[in-house]
Amino acid sequence: MGILEVQNVNKSFGGLKALQNVNLDIEEGTIHAIIGPNGAGKSTLLNCFVGKLVPDTGTVMFDGKSLLGIKPHEINQTGVSRVFQTPEIFSELTVAENVLIPCFAKRDGAFTLNALSRVTGEVDVREKAEQMLIDVSMEDKKDMLASSLSRGDKRRLEMAMCLSQDPKLLLLDEPTAGMARADTNNTIELLAQIQERRHITMAVIEHDMHVVFSLAQKISVLAQGTVIAEDLPENIKGHPKVQEAYLGGAH
Amino acid sequence: MKHLSKTDKSTFILVAILALLAPFILNPFPEGSAMAQFNAGYPDLMQRFAIFGILAIGFNILFGLTGYLSFGHAAFLGVGSYSAVWMFKLLSMNIVPAIILSVIVAGVFSLLIGFICLRRSGIYFSILTLMFAQMSYSLAYSVLTPLTNGETGLQVYNDDPQYLMGPNSSEVTNLFGLEMRSTFTLDVGPWAFQFNLGYYVCALFLLLAFYIAIRIFRSPFGLMLRAIKTNQTRLNYTGLNSRPYTLAAFVISGMYAGLAGGLMASMDPLAGAERMYWTASGEIVLMTILGGVGTLLGPVLGAGFIKYFENIFSKINDTVLHTWFSILPDGLENAIVWVLHFFVGKGWHLTLGLLFMMIVIFLPGGLMEGGQKIMNKIRGKKKNDKDGGAKAAATPAE
Repeated sequence: MGILEVQNVNKSFGGLKALQNVNLDIEEGTIHAIIGPNGAGKSTLLNCFVGKLVPDTGTVMFDGKSLLGIKPHEINQTGVSRVFQTPEIFSELTVAENVLIPCFAKRDGAFTLNALSRVTGEVDVREKAEQMLIDVSMEDKKDMLASSLSRGDKRRLEMAMCLSQDPKLLLLDEPTAGMARADTNNTIELLAQIQERRHITMAVIEHDMHVVFSLAQKISVLAQGTVIAEDLPENIKGHPKVQEAYLGGAH
Repeated sequence: MKHLSKTDKSTFILVAILALLAPFILNPFPEGSAMAQFNAGYPDLMQRFAIFGILAIGFNILFGLTGYLSFGHAAFLGVGSYSAVWMFKLLSMNIVPAIILSVIVAGVFSLLIGFICLRRSGIYFSILTLMFAQMSYSLAYSVLTPLTNGETGLQVYNDDPQYLMGPNSSEVTNLFGLEMRSTFTLDVGPWAFQFNLGYYVCALFLLLAFYIAIRIFRSPFGLMLRAIKTNQTRLNYTGLNSRPYTLAAFVISGMYAGLAGGLMASMDPLAGAERMYWTASGEIVLMTILGGVGTLLGPVLGAGFIKYFENIFSKINDTVLHTWFSILPDGLENAIVWVLHFFVGKGWHLTLGLLFMMIVIFLPGGLMEGGQKIMNKIRGKKKNDKDGGAKAAATPAE
């Protein structure tokens, strides 16, 4: 029994079958990588988890509850956080404010008319946000506008925002795309640390095999909307179907 | 006051001093001098400064903080005015029930309109609000005549019931007997400073409105509104529901507009449909942009700026111009007056338009940005500009 169970999910856009009978089982406390060539349906699948898309048929169960037909903010409140492919941060706010917002969301829920207290007076939330910034070693940048951060730092900030909610499941959509090798290694280290310290379940979509094989405890391979293999990393490399569909016989 | 940070406290005290001393500050030129017509220290105009200041502060909570450009805010102003005049007609000329009702009615009205309009954002939201405001205007002008008295405008008549009116009650708008029009004139040499009760009532409401706005800006709620402005997608995926936040901001700013409308009727117990016309809504947008969108003080400055132009520049006519340039040779005098003629009097919109263009192009942050630039220059010369640039970029204009 996994924390996230996906059964027979189908999704088509017009004539295009983006997902066909996808079954996926993510176990609690593991890092599960979802890989596949471009257009395999990885992001579509992730969108079905967070409420951006609703599957045509099938079920998505998180922690024993169905996620279908629930709004994104409600799904988030049940404990699913997502890091996007292009960082979605509050670019006109400071780094510190960016992390404060998820901390408030965690404490106060989806809506509170908290108009007469002061942000600076909310000591518990502030301390939590500051600790989070220290954890991702961004505390020296807390007064910078988020838009002025480097690309790598923006991703790091987005991860900090998601982590400060103590999610049960963290979804990462290509967390290292477009990063330099050094930044990629930093990110791998950061994710490994988080996993070790907080035991957060993670689902990672990734193209970079270096990242996948350094982090993942289990790998699902998606091709043309179907899961063609799901196995431990060491078995995936030699899997004939994977070699054929994904690595294109190059190995 | 103890809930404000140091800078906010000093801003608030500055505004309080300016508001309370306005009769002096706005009246710098002696009576009877050639410059006397630039004086703005008369009750009628000072009241309008304060009332439109309240309106702009409220509008800024929606537009500046949340990023939703409402193009129909004058509707709430009009609704507030009508409610206030109805209170005068039904109860008495006391402004307290009138103002309370105008805020409540505007709040309910904005809840209804906001509930529908906030389903969309961006330009579609603006168009929806514009449409609602125009609809309200047309209704007030025609179909709802029993409620609004159509094109004549709603006013108090002798045969109105006025149930709370005693035999000694004042016949003009008052605060428990203190008449809004009562004015004390202080003559100091050639100056005549006018202290009007109505203005001070408006000014106190302005300070209250400003104080609440500061608290909202600095609260977690205000932080969420700013977050909505910068990235609503992220907000939704962070477990926050943006709909109630935007609706709350819309209702709060609608209530501010209702308060302004109620005060307007309290100063002069009349309400006409033209108060809801789309140009009135546009004027609110102009005020906020001119002063500085999303800043605390900007909207008040913008409101004062526009109202000053509307009332002062429009009074300058050709005769006045001729007296100014009478020392010049006749031909030159006539030529200058002919050119300036287009910019003053009825042509004041042209001057305002040019100024607006220049501010938007050179100072996109409005008058506040201009003020900040000047302050930075002064400070920069003192401190040799060590870290001024970096800090100015990090802290959004306040």
